[in-house]
Amino acid sequence: MTRAVKKLDLDPVTVRKARSLARKAGKPIVNIARQHTTVSVERAVLRLAGLAGADSEGIPWVNRLADTVRADVGLEHGLALPVWDALVRGEAEDLAVLAQKAASGSVTFRLPEGRDAVRARAAARKAAAGGLRKVDARRRERDRLIAKHGDPEQRPWIYLIVATGDIYEDIPQAQAAARAGADIIAVIRSTGQSLLDYVPEGATREGFAGTYATQENFRLMRAALDESSRELGRYIRLTNYASGLCMPEIATLAGLQRLDMMLNDSMYGILFRDINPIRTFVDQRFSRQIHARAGIIINTGEDNYLTTADAVEAAHTVTVSQLLNEYFAKEAGLEDWQLGLGHAFEITPEIPDSFRLELAHAMLARQLFPDAPLKWMPPTRHMTGDVFRGYLLDGFFNLVGAMTGQGILLVGMMTEAVVTPWISDRDLALQNVRYVLGAAGNLHEDFHPAPDGFIANRARQVLGESVELLEKIVDDGLLNAIGDGTFGLMKRPQDAGRGLDGVAKRSAAYYNPAIELLEEAQ
Amino acid sequence: MSIIRPYGDTTGDGMVQMSFTLPISHDKRAEGAAVQLANKMGMDPALVVHAKPMGPDFTFFVVYGPVNHLVDTDKVEVIERDYPLLSPKDANLAIRKGLRRRLTVVGACIGTDAHTVGIDAIMNIKGFAGEKGLEYYRELKVVNLGAQVAVPELVRRAKAEEADAILVSQVVTQREAHVLNTKEMSAAFREAYPEESRPILVAGGPRFTEQMAGELGVDRVFGRGTTPGEVASYLVDVLVTRRIRTPNRRSA
Repeated sequence: MTRAVKKLDLDPVTVRKARSLARKAGKPIVNIARQHTTVSVERAVLRLAGLAGADSEGIPWVNRLADTVRADVGLEHGLALPVWDALVRGEAEDLAVLAQKAASGSVTFRLPEGRDAVRARAAARKAAAGGLRKVDARRRERDRLIAKHGDPEQRPWIYLIVATGDIYEDIPQAQAAARAGADIIAVIRSTGQSLLDYVPEGATREGFAGTYATQENFRLMRAALDESSRELGRYIRLTNYASGLCMPEIATLAGLQRLDMMLNDSMYGILFRDINPIRTFVDQRFSRQIHARAGIIINTGEDNYLTTADAVEAAHTVTVSQLLNEYFAKEAGLEDWQLGLGHAFEITPEIPDSFRLELAHAMLARQLFPDAPLKWMPPTRHMTGDVFRGYLLDGFFNLVGAMTGQGILLVGMMTEAVVTPWISDRDLALQNVRYVLGAAGNLHEDFHPAPDGFIANRARQVLGESVELLEKIVDDGLLNAIGDGTFGLMKRPQDAGRGLDGVAKRSAAYYNPAIELLEEAQ
Repeated sequence: MSIIRPYGDTTGDGMVQMSFTLPISHDKRAEGAAVQLANKMGMDPALVVHAKPMGPDFTFFVVYGPVNHLVDTDKVEVIERDYPLLSPKDANLAIRKGLRRRLTVVGACIGTDAHTVGIDAIMNIKGFAGEKGLEYYRELKVVNLGAQVAVPELVRRAKAEEADAILVSQVVTQREAHVLNTKEMSAAFREAYPEESRPILVAGGPRFTEQMAGELGVDRVFGRGTTPGEVASYLVDVLVTRRIRTPNRRSA
């Protein structure tokens, strides 16, 4: 991606300073993440090792097994040693049987020591390596299919959402959207799934304003889009959400089922879902390590800051969050091409020069992250129900996307905030995108803002404010900054929030074969 | 002037434009079908100004024409909500001016119900239906206790937080659990507080109707589709504007 780069005369010293401050702010968080584990990280290891399914009450076996082991020996050593120790001891022939026995109370777990620990470790490592081999095979399969069917002809890639609540309704809608021009299909999750401390099982037909993320739903949709890819001669990507309390498990399932992109923000769950900060950062690091290995592109959620705060006043918080997301992502092994850093067209349309401000912010993001497939999000706050005005706003949104070389364009609907998109809304929205990309897709070649003009000055101003905020965060410590309400209006102290009881400080004996293997490869 | 017609560019022309999709492929018959629908809706003559295939099985139409219906504005019935709907800004302002302290809201899913969808949609900043949740309101102090909260625990926390209002959400309706749980909650609060300083009790859930408030012993019931703004506006109305009850008389 060489387009639109270096058009703003940003001071390279300031840019380097911003990155180094982000690193300083993020480093202590990474250290905390390395010193802790969570129930969901541990359950993800079990999923990677092949444990799937649920009991008759719908509680996943990974939860049953994890809860029993935790009650016997605690969480702080990780689950791998006690679980594979039980298997090595011959308590059960495989994980599935062990989970059943654990649920019925007929196995007691212990923390193995000495030679027993060595054997348990080796067995656990072998099982986790088997799971990672599956993830690797899925990644090679994606590469093969992209080589065969091809990538979309144009940038940005066109991203459309389906959200019926019923996977069997989602499938024809997703296929129709792909036929109509979508390159990426995102299946919105059911409201509230982020707060479930388990991943539901099986194909699901009843969600609230979205469809549950389950391994089977992932499989069904990926298979349907493989069919569409063959039909259309371009690889259609599938997106879901690795967020909320089960982020590491969902990331693992995404790797196993060849999802292509996952929403995965470093602070969204803390700020907008009141999930405990430590829980989030530990879960996030593991899920990003998995995404790195699986060749999945992450999408970050900076658009959310602009839906709660003013998009001009809060512009620098987007940049700060992008820089933090970049640091955490790279630390976890993700590469530039996997960073779908988010930003959004949310400036109040009535303020003077709103379009020029949007251009300045979008160009700033483009130039700060030249090799990342930035995700450009449409207006939502200022979509009033006046669908005609909304259609025009979406047109201007598309124009900014074309002029600033965005990587992923989430298609805006004129009926945003009115109805879930009708077939005609989607068709009109795609016409809008096609018209703008066709008419002005190469405008970035001619478009060079004046070096001392409004746009360049605004970009420098936002970058300057970002550095100031990062300096403050580094002084305070990121966790304190989050606790003080620096981001959005939310105060989220590190000793409160959902999922805190699922966090444990790692003991000296802690062992996690998946993290070990992922970090060796890095 | 109580009888009116739509206005295009001349008084009384009755002109209307509309768009819709029919689930058939685009051809002359499809356009005829669009005219027929428009005629049946009272538009005559109907002019199909745009017809576009959307895939092989659907056609999108834009139709213009006069409608032959008359509207009598005297016969329009309006059901008013009994409290004014406020923006977050206006709600904050009303609390700041009227109460001179933050208004404390304690929310929970009570009993065995683990479905926090409803309470979270109302309370989390993420919100619902394009509206931010109660956490977004600067002048509201929001304490969300989450799922499976026992009633005595809820009462204890309400006292500790000096709650002005209690929000409980109930989704599970097996064996009337939502009704029984809510009745247990309201009885406990009535026992624990003198009536005049008891917090406002609000119950919400998809299977409740507004008329059930008396039966449940709560001050207000919100049903399916309620938005955070409606709940906030109601709380401002009863606790600040009308003061039907005055919990925590510390400054009121």
